[in-house]
Amino acid sequence: MSAVIGQHDDHAHDHAHDHPTGWRRWLYATNHKDIGTMYLWFSFTMLMVGGLNALLLRTELFQPGLQIVSPEFFNQLTTMHGLIMVFGAIMPAFVGFANWQIPLMIGASDMAFARMNNFSFWLLPPAALLLVASYFVPGGATAAGWTIYAPLSVQMGPGMDLAIFALHIMGASSIMGSINIVTTILNMRAPGMTLMKMPLFVWTWLITAYLLIAVMPVLAGAITMLLTDRHFGTSFFNAGGGGDPVMFQHIFWFFGHPEVYIMILPAFGIVSEIIPTFARKRLFGYSSMVYATASIAILSFIVWAHHMFTTGMPVTGQLFFMYATMLIAVPTGVKIFNWVATMWRGSMTFETPMLFAIGFIFVFTMGGLTGIILSVAPLDIALHDTYYVVAHFHYVLVAGSLYALFAGTYYWLPKWTGHMYDERLGKWHFWMSLVSFNLTFFPMHFLGLAGMPRRYADYPMQFADFNAIVTVGAFWFGLSQLIFLWVVIKCIRGGEKAADNPWGAADGLEWTIPSPAPFHTFETPPVVK
Amino acid sequence: MADILKKGAFRSAVAALACMTTSVAWAVKDMPGGPTVNQWNLAEPANAIARGQHWLHEMLMWVCVLIFIGVFAVMFYSIWAHRKSRGAKSADFHESTTVEIVWTVVPFIIVVGLGIAATGEVIAQKDTSNPDLTVKVTGYQWKWGYDYLKGEGEGIAFLSNLATPREQIEDRNYPDAKSKREANPTYLMEVDQPLVVPADKKVRLVITANDVIHSYYVPRLGIKQDAIPGFIRDSWFRADKPGIYRGACTELCGKDHAFMPIVVEAKSDADYKKWVEEKKKEMLAWADDPNKEWALADLSARGEKVYAANCVACHQASGKGVPGAFPALEGSKVVLGKRDDHIAIMLNGKAGSAMASFKGLSDTELAAVITYARNAWGNKAEDNLVQPQAVKAARK
Repeated sequence: MSAVIGQHDDHAHDHAHDHPTGWRRWLYATNHKDIGTMYLWFSFTMLMVGGLNALLLRTELFQPGLQIVSPEFFNQLTTMHGLIMVFGAIMPAFVGFANWQIPLMIGASDMAFARMNNFSFWLLPPAALLLVASYFVPGGATAAGWTIYAPLSVQMGPGMDLAIFALHIMGASSIMGSINIVTTILNMRAPGMTLMKMPLFVWTWLITAYLLIAVMPVLAGAITMLLTDRHFGTSFFNAGGGGDPVMFQHIFWFFGHPEVYIMILPAFGIVSEIIPTFARKRLFGYSSMVYATASIAILSFIVWAHHMFTTGMPVTGQLFFMYATMLIAVPTGVKIFNWVATMWRGSMTFETPMLFAIGFIFVFTMGGLTGIILSVAPLDIALHDTYYVVAHFHYVLVAGSLYALFAGTYYWLPKWTGHMYDERLGKWHFWMSLVSFNLTFFPMHFLGLAGMPRRYADYPMQFADFNAIVTVGAFWFGLSQLIFLWVVIKCIRGGEKAADNPWGAADGLEWTIPSPAPFHTFETPPVVK
Repeated sequence: MADILKKGAFRSAVAALACMTTSVAWAVKDMPGGPTVNQWNLAEPANAIARGQHWLHEMLMWVCVLIFIGVFAVMFYSIWAHRKSRGAKSADFHESTTVEIVWTVVPFIIVVGLGIAATGEVIAQKDTSNPDLTVKVTGYQWKWGYDYLKGEGEGIAFLSNLATPREQIEDRNYPDAKSKREANPTYLMEVDQPLVVPADKKVRLVITANDVIHSYYVPRLGIKQDAIPGFIRDSWFRADKPGIYRGACTELCGKDHAFMPIVVEAKSDADYKKWVEEKKKEMLAWADDPNKEWALADLSARGEKVYAANCVACHQASGKGVPGAFPALEGSKVVLGKRDDHIAIMLNGKAGSAMASFKGLSDTELAAVITYARNAWGNKAEDNLVQPQAVKAARK
């Protein structure tokens, strides 16, 4: 291990004298901060592209009837919205945070595999291009839903093949990124930083990286089988040839459920960093937070079929997956209680990161509670594939993951740029996002309960009012994100000079270095007591 | 929840909010057997299973609301009381084994309670034994097929298509679509032939699909079951009272996923018997003699109807298809080519494409639609009149 660190130091020295500038700085980037920055800009771009898909489909759904798009294009929009947001926006954004923050938080000089880090990032733009280009091939983009269930996905045109290749590439990128993260965390911590002294964000990413390594190959397997079913005459998912369409769902969700936690665990980590800082009080139960994260990760492997209650499982199967899913409420509850206990009798201030963190706890919990309702098999059978489910997963993915990403950005932006962001604009961003988010997604619960199925290009007149409200909310929410873009650009270009520890009470190695963080940090590892 | 807010007040609030942006839905009425205007809770249950779902939902909702209020009362009190601007000094407590055990064990007990409460309903939903009537349901892109397998009405079979005309749906092609659909309270949830069942009888559905996965969902009957091609799954319902129960396909199944609704009509015993008799007579009358020799004009006219019910969604009324997705029949090599190849593709479908097998249609229907395609849209195929016997022979 010391050999690795030794080599790395030499490497860093080379760069200190002569690191590339202009486009070469980015294309040949091996510095974790540069790569982290690229990840974050990439994911923000994809957030905008995915958002554009969402706004188009919401425009169609503003009123009953078909006004602006055809049903087949509508299905392409819902599919691409999901794929782009999950694989292009949320996942790479967390990897961007990992790149920037993990070395800074554990006192390492960089990521363990700097060139592989470069490759993991540069795989993403071609994958994104494949996805977006698939709109322009004959038959358009894949329209089989982000879950690409066979046999519908077998019917699709060449757009599906492009999506399969894109997913393969993004999967490879994720696996490489995860190996890098695990190696960095396990081998490159500063002397004295034992595992149980690591910041929670690092813990959550360590566990997330293991989840990724475990399940991305499973997705790769599923889509490869899909590819051979499509082109090479196999029948993995074709009953006519001895296959089983439901097997696709089992494999997909064996990937898909851990994937859900891949997108939320690092968010838990970010929030667990922010709450203690702004409550000026240490996290209530550090070790129970670590254990709760690990429990959620382990449980995530035995609950996949709760996405499949309506496929017609045997009674015992339904009962097992129902009970196992309900159990997840326990460690998740532990986390929420811990955050509240951390706030209790603190000395709180409410800068934008704290607002987003509190917003996260408040709104994510609603998504968690609808999750309990959906875990109950007989109710899931009533609500599955309706807007209730759409509401549920946007409460956990937008108000969960995305809010935590905003919180984290505002929190670490002073460290990244060396400037304070515009607090007033940040607060505007928060309140606009909070109100418009709920205006968009809360009525979806009602639509789902009333029986409006998801992925519908058109709907009965009785659902019209709620749909109109949802569309207005969606545009409001989408446009509110431009405030965020403006705040970030403004902060990069200038602003009040940020202190090394601008939040005063923030604890952690990243606050011991200057703001902005110099190009090379911790070339000599700090000692943690 | 319904009792917290007055239903009427809530509804008009929603309508008013929506009205700020659009003027739809003022004229719209509740759908008989389907959703009410701005419905915001589960549909009124029509049997014990749906009542069970209602009860579970109501119970869970309240448990969740109480937990939510409890947790966030503490959080917001803290936000109010323990803020720096009020001079709060931070305490320095952390880690308390007692507290941590309590907040692990208490949720665990709640969860176990909820699990126990739901178990009976799971078992009841899956109990498909001793049905009075068994119907096979087949999902097609994009319609439902019903075959009465066992019980009163055995032998009846029909397809159930969306009855809402395209003139009400497509604003781009029909400028007055909006006013038409506003006058239609059952817009998109109406079919040409509903599934008719006897009321207060246990109906078992054996569910499968012909092409891709669909899902059979009727909210008021508490039923939702995926239809999986090549596999049979079963489910059941009992409609306590005669009436109309509307539902929809809930598994993304391609282009017209939103346009394959379900209507179940439960009739009293006497009415059901009458329906079975009439339906059987009608089926006899419709059954065509596959040996009949048809004239071109008659067969082509019949074929146009078959085309409208089965083919038009992909290949379009114009026969031009959808470029890139569904091939045109106008000038198509298959349609203008050999008669037997054309019959073969109709019977077997085309692997790896959306073209399914249509062997479920009768010899006469297939012959009619083939004949129609070979003469329509300026097509001039050589064998332009295909008799039912040719299809019959090709089936062997």
